[in-house]
Amino acid sequence: MWRRLRQRGPSRAVALLALLLAGLCAAPWVANDYLLTVLITILYFAYAGQAWNVMMGFAGQLSLGHAIYVGLGGYTAAVLYVYFGVGPWIGMFAAIAISAMCGALIGFLAFRFGVAGVYFAILTIAFAEFARIGFDHLRWAGGSAGFFLPVANYARNDVWNLRGNPMLFYYVMLALTVTAFGLCHLLLKSRIGFYWLAIREDEHAARSLGIDTFRCKMLAVVISAGMTAVAGVFFAFYYNNLFPEQVFHISRSIELILGPIIGGIGTLFGPILGAFLLTGLSELMQALLAITGIDVPGIKQVFYGVCLLAVVMGLPEGVWPRLAAKLGLTKHPS
Amino acid sequence: MAAEIYLNVAVNGVLTGLIYGLMALGLSVIFGVVRVVNFAHGEMMMLAMYAAILLFNTLGLDPIVMIVPLAGVLFALGYALQAGVINPFISRPEHSQFILLVAIAIIITNALLIFFGPDARNVQTAYSFDSFAFGPLIVDATKVYAASASIVVAAALFAFFRFAPLGKAIRACADNYTGALVVGLNVKRLYAVTFGIGAACVGAAGSMLVLLIDVTPALGPAYTLLAFIIVITGGLGSMAGALLGGVLIGLTEALAGLLFTPSAKSMFSFGLLVTVLLFRPQGLLGKKA
Repeated sequence: MWRRLRQRGPSRAVALLALLLAGLCAAPWVANDYLLTVLITILYFAYAGQAWNVMMGFAGQLSLGHAIYVGLGGYTAAVLYVYFGVGPWIGMFAAIAISAMCGALIGFLAFRFGVAGVYFAILTIAFAEFARIGFDHLRWAGGSAGFFLPVANYARNDVWNLRGNPMLFYYVMLALTVTAFGLCHLLLKSRIGFYWLAIREDEHAARSLGIDTFRCKMLAVVISAGMTAVAGVFFAFYYNNLFPEQVFHISRSIELILGPIIGGIGTLFGPILGAFLLTGLSELMQALLAITGIDVPGIKQVFYGVCLLAVVMGLPEGVWPRLAAKLGLTKHPS
Repeated sequence: MAAEIYLNVAVNGVLTGLIYGLMALGLSVIFGVVRVVNFAHGEMMMLAMYAAILLFNTLGLDPIVMIVPLAGVLFALGYALQAGVINPFISRPEHSQFILLVAIAIIITNALLIFFGPDARNVQTAYSFDSFAFGPLIVDATKVYAASASIVVAAALFAFFRFAPLGKAIRACADNYTGALVVGLNVKRLYAVTFGIGAACVGAAGSMLVLLIDVTPALGPAYTLLAFIIVITGGLGSMAGALLGGVLIGLTEALAGLLFTPSAKSMFSFGLLVTVLLFRPQGLLGKKA
């Protein structure tokens, strides 16, 4: 029985994945504009959560300041587009480069000087806050008054410049999420993935086995930062505005990492499931409050907080490991 | 002339810093013993601040008088929180604890938003505009009262951990968890007491700070971060370090606000934090782990 389950496990997972992907591909033809917007938000968080998961879920380095990479990526691409007319697909490379460099700087400082655990987490917050206040005073990038992209003409889709209607953004985001999923899958299966897991479980042991932990951790930060920068580029071109107070704020960083933690840290499906659960929950509550007419500001977030509390107390491993066991899928090797 | 301005700003910064220090002391005590980083620290202070405002507006009770009662209320809240919710999490990974406390922070912030609305509130006492003049030096009376009260509270706390049997027992838990269990200490209960004491610190600090700043529910995260910066600068787990860090940060912010622009002042605090983390990760007065 056990062996049969184990043999059937992966094929079931593939079937589930195919079903999910087919559903997501077909969704825009069924969904209305509102639902499409919700789905874009979900995919955005699934993608960004996947990126964060590389650093925390795989390599065990807790970053609480991932908003800095979203912000740097978004600002880089937006500034290049507005000032120099460079399209987002080219700008994306600059965005990735700058975010990755910033990640490398933070990682280098932290890992070289032995800043770890809680201290590392707070260092990442400090850098994000530093960037927030810095951009607040950066005149040529709009400062605290915000940086705006020319608003798109919805009549025509321009994939090259990422200007168009929600359907375009939806498919771009879906493609990004699928790419991130594939990339993470490959990373986990590769040598570096196993090194990361070893470091996550016991850094001293990993080191004594001859793993260059510094290099591996640096790689995790750089890859995670670069992936997150792409989310930032999408953010900038989707919302057409960037406010330091919003993109770099600590609550953005928290929002970004709730999904993978609720979904199941270190798993490939966790960030996706978490994004669905949290955004779905949030929208559901919005609808319920609108129907019952008790839409006091703040009440939605209180319920959200209570749900978060319940999940983290009831399912410390996250939802996906439990769900995967229920569905008869083998647990992921991570 | 210019020197006098700097002196005035510096003294005011130090006085504010002492209140910050008391707030951070709570975080430091909690981390030093329970080894949990209280990500809801600023939010708990917001709770105390709104309680002080409510008491002032309805019953006319001066926030300075309410320091002890509010510290008591926050103690009970902290005790209940640790005993009921956080204790099962002490052996779980950091990110799990983090989400737990973030959830608590979200609940507190938005409950305050529901009850008090998003508008800024403050307290105007009879002595709000009084000041003391020492030669060229002019200091706000409110700041002097509040800073003195912080020193008293901090001194009481030092004495408690040094001399009281309960304080010694708590220190034993911090020094050696297993050892404390072996000699028969009820560690879970002592953790709850510790969290209560940490919460009481923010209760006291909140009822003083309400005299100095305008309060909105959204301020919570900023004060949580401020407390982090202070404790890490001073040394996480070190009580004297928290006070020293508070004074340093208060001073840095005040001078940065004068020399550059007030809105950029926390950049310098973060700069200080990063410098300390890189060159002395255990903090100025912290012991090497």
